Amino acid sequence: MVHGVTSLRVRRLALTTVFLGAVFAVVALNRGRPAELAGGSAAAPGFSLRDVARDVGIDFVHHAPTLDPRIDNIAPLVAALGAAVSVSDVNNDGWPDLYFTNSRFGFPNALYLNRGDGTFVDVARSAGVADLNRPGEGVSMGAVWGDYDNDGLEDLLVYKWGYLQLFRNLDGLHFEDVTAAAGLRHWMNSNGAVWLDYDRDGLLDLYVTGYFRSDIDFWHLKTTRIMHNSFEFATNGGKNRLFHNLGGGRFEDVTDQMGVGSTRWTLAAAAADFNGDGWPDLFLANDYGPEELFVNDSGRRFVLTRAGLESDSKSGMSASLGDVLNRGRLDAFVTNISERAYLFQGNNLRLNFLPELGRFQQGAEGAVADAGWAWGAQLGDLDNDGRNELFIVNGYVSGARDRSYWYAMSKVAGANGNVFEDARNWPALGSASLSGYERSRVFVNRGLAGWTDVAAAVGVTDEYDGRAVALVDLFNRGVLDVVVANQNQPALIYKNTVAPGNHWIAFRLVGTRSNRSAIGAEVTVEAGGTRQLKIVDGGMGFASQNDRRLHFGLGGMTRVDRVVIRWPSGAGQVVEHPDVDRLNVITESPSAGAVP
Amino acid sequence: MTAAARAALQGRSRTLWARLGEVDPRYLVSFLITLILVVGEARYGILGGYDRLAIALGVCVVTELALARLVGGRSAAVQSAYVTGVSLALLLKPRAGLLWPFALGAFLAIASKYVLAYRGQHLWNPSNFAISLLLVIAPGSVAILSHQWGNHLATNAVIWAFGLLIAARVRVLHVTLTYVICYGLLAAARSAIVGTPLVAELAPITGPMYQLFIFFMITDPKTTVGSMRGRIGVAALVAVAEAGIRLAGDYHVAALGLLYPAPPILALAIVGPLAKAVDLCAFFHNPRRSP
Repeated sequence: MVHGVTSLRVRRLALTTVFLGAVFAVVALNRGRPAELAGGSAAAPGFSLRDVARDVGIDFVHHAPTLDPRIDNIAPLVAALGAAVSVSDVNNDGWPDLYFTNSRFGFPNALYLNRGDGTFVDVARSAGVADLNRPGEGVSMGAVWGDYDNDGLEDLLVYKWGYLQLFRNLDGLHFEDVTAAAGLRHWMNSNGAVWLDYDRDGLLDLYVTGYFRSDIDFWHLKTTRIMHNSFEFATNGGKNRLFHNLGGGRFEDVTDQMGVGSTRWTLAAAAADFNGDGWPDLFLANDYGPEELFVNDSGRRFVLTRAGLESDSKSGMSASLGDVLNRGRLDAFVTNISERAYLFQGNNLRLNFLPELGRFQQGAEGAVADAGWAWGAQLGDLDNDGRNELFIVNGYVSGARDRSYWYAMSKVAGANGNVFEDARNWPALGSASLSGYERSRVFVNRGLAGWTDVAAAVGVTDEYDGRAVALVDLFNRGVLDVVVANQNQPALIYKNTVAPGNHWIAFRLVGTRSNRSAIGAEVTVEAGGTRQLKIVDGGMGFASQNDRRLHFGLGGMTRVDRVVIRWPSGAGQVVEHPDVDRLNVITESPSAGAVP
Repeated sequence: MTAAARAALQGRSRTLWARLGEVDPRYLVSFLITLILVVGEARYGILGGYDRLAIALGVCVVTELALARLVGGRSAAVQSAYVTGVSLALLLKPRAGLLWPFALGAFLAIASKYVLAYRGQHLWNPSNFAISLLLVIAPGSVAILSHQWGNHLATNAVIWAFGLLIAARVRVLHVTLTYVICYGLLAAARSAIVGTPLVAELAPITGPMYQLFIFFMITDPKTTVGSMRGRIGVAALVAVAEAGIRLAGDYHVAALGLLYPAPPILALAIVGPLAKAVDLCAFFHNPRRSP
C-alpha cells in the first residue's frame, strides 16, 4: 500500500516536471530562432542601403486624403492609402525617372526627372501631371506607365479614388490628358492597375482594380455602409475593370465579356503567364478574401481557376512576381497582416507549380511570413549573387505609440458582417496606432535554406508606414536601388552599395510586333547551369511599378551562355553570349519565331 | 392546423425533448462542437489545416488515456479530450506553419487536469487553461480565433439554436443566459462610459470565438461551482472581470495588454479557478456536508 502511494507520488512528480517542461518549451519556442530575433544574419550581407533622398533632391512627402466627416471615427484607417511610386524613363534619356502620387486635395503629384548626375528635379507641374488632386475629380492612389500608343514614349495612367486619368506623353517632358477621348473617364475607388496585352495584338490593355465600390464619393457620402461585409470572404468591394485597347487612342470596357469583374476588394494585380501557355494571366491580391488567379484562355476570356488559392483567405495587399528558386518560373509573393497575439495571417509565397500540378504551393514561413502589417514588396537581386532578395515595407497607421487600435478593432473583427459594414459602428480610432512604427524587412535569399532578415545590418531601420516599393538602377551602376513611398511621410531612396566581386547583366527590351514597352516580356538568363527568369512589368507590388529594364545578378560568373526572350506577341528570341556587366538593348526581331 | 394535429405535434415535440434529455450530456456537447467544426470548416475554412485538428485531437486523446492510467486511477474522459482537442484546433491561430502550439497546447490542457488540481478536482477548463497560457506566454507565436461567420446571420442562428437547446438539456442554460445577459448589460455600460457605439460592444458575441466560449468553457460542469446560485454568480463575475479587462483595453492600460486579445477567455481563466477553489474549500469545511 505504502509502495503504491509512493509510486503514485513519484508519477505525479514526474508529470509535474514534464508539465513544467512543456511550459518552458512554449516559452523557448516562442522566442524563435536567434537570426529572427536579432533581425540580422550570421553571414554578413553583400550589400548595404543608405537613404539618399534629400541628397539627390527628392523631398517628396505624401499627404493622405481628407474624407467626409461622417466617417471621422475611422478616417485614419480608410485614408491610409495613396502613397505610390512608379518608375519610367519618360524622356528616353537612358536614366530612370520617378513618379510619386499624393492623395489630398491641393497637394501635387511629383515627377522626378533623373538628371543623370545623381540628382533629380521635380518637373510634374510643367509636364502637366502634378495637379491631379482636386475636388470633383478625386485624389491619386497610384500610377502605371505604358506606351499605349506605341509611339516610343511612355504614357501615364493614374488610378484614383475618383476619375481615372490617362496622360499621353507628347515629347518626354509634356503630357496631355486624353482620358475622355480614350473612353476612360470612369469614377473608381482604385488602388491598383496593370498594363498587359491580354489578346497579344501588340496594344497595351489596361486592368484597373476596384477597392471601395465605385458608387462611393468619399467627399459626399450618401451612406456609411461602405466597408467590407466580411473579414474573410467579402465580395462587396469595387468592381475591377478590364479596358481593351482598340487602337487610335480608344479603350473599350470588356470586363464582363472577359469575366474579370471581381468585386473582392482587390488591392493589387500582377499579370504574367503563370501556366506557360503563352497568354498573360491575372493574379489578384484581395483584401478580406482569398487571392484569385484568372487564367487567360487564348485572349478570348479569363477563367477563374482553382489553383490552391481559394480556401486561404487573408488580407492580400501586394502581388510581386519573381523567380524565387531560379527554376525559370515566376512565383508570386503576396503580403498580409501579422500582429502579436491578435492575428497571424502570414505573407504568402506562392511557388508556381501550375504547369505540373495545376496549383501554387505555399512557401512562406518564419519571419518572411510574419513581417508585420505588410504592404508593398518586391523581389530583386540586391547583392548581384544571382538570387532574388525580398524587400517588404510594413506598418499601417503610426499614431500615438502608447495607444493601439488592435483591441478596439478586435471587437468588430469577429462579429457578424452586417455590423462592421457600416463605418459608424466601428470604435473611434482617435490618436491610436494600428500596427504603427513597424520596420521594413530585407530578406536575403539563401535558396532552399530559406530567407534571412538583414534589414538592420544593411541599414534599413526606418519605421515609416511604407506602402509602395520599386526596384530600379537609379544611377546606372549595375545595382538595384530601392525606392519607398510612405503614407503621410517622406519618400525614401535607398541607394545600394554592393560588395565588389559579383557580376550582373541588364536588358532593355523594345517591342515591335509586341507593345513597344515590351510589358509582359519574359527573359530567361542561362549561365553556368543556372536559370533566372524575370518579366517586364506593367505594374507590380502594391501601388508601384519597377524599372522597365530587367536586372540580373550573376554572382562570380563572367559569361552568360544565352538569353531566351519570350515576347508578349508570343514570339521567341535567343541571344547568345550577351555582354555582362552592362545594359543590353534588345529589339524584338521581326523574324522571331516560336518560343524555343 | 386542427387541434388534433397540433396535439400530435406537441406530443412529438415532447417526445423528442424527452429523448434528448435521455442522451448522455457529453454526447450532446460533442455533437455541438462537431457541428461548429463542420459548419465552420465547410463554409469558412475555419481550421486552417486538418493537420492542426489531427495533432490537437490526437495529443489530447493520447494524453488523457495515458494520464488517466498512470496517475488518475480512473477511467479516461475521452469525450472531454475530444471537446478540448476540437476547441484548441478551432481557437488557436498560430504563426504560419507552426504546429507546436497545438501539440504542446493539447498536452498542457489535458495535463492541467491532473497537475493543477485541488482536493482531487481540476480548477481550469482544460482548453481555457491552455489557450490562456499560450496567449500570455507565447503572444509572438499564438493568436486567438478571429474569424466571423461572414455576414450570414443564418449560421449564427443555427449555432445559437443548437447551443441553447443543448445547454438547456445539459442543465447549464442558466450559466449561458446569465453570462449573455450580464455581457449585454455591461456592454451597454461600457458603451456609455467609453463612448463607443453599443453595436460595437455587442458585436463580439456574434462571433464563433464567443460561441465556443459560451457553450464549452464557461459552462464546463467539471470546473463550475456546485450550486446553481453559485454558478450564476460566477458567470456574472466572469462577465464583470471581462468588462474590467475591456475597459482597461479601451483606456490603453499597457500593463494588461496581454489580456486584450481574448478578454472572456482570460477573465474565465482568472475568475473560474478562484471560484472553484473557494467552493471546494467551503464544501470541505462545511460540517454538514455528506460523507
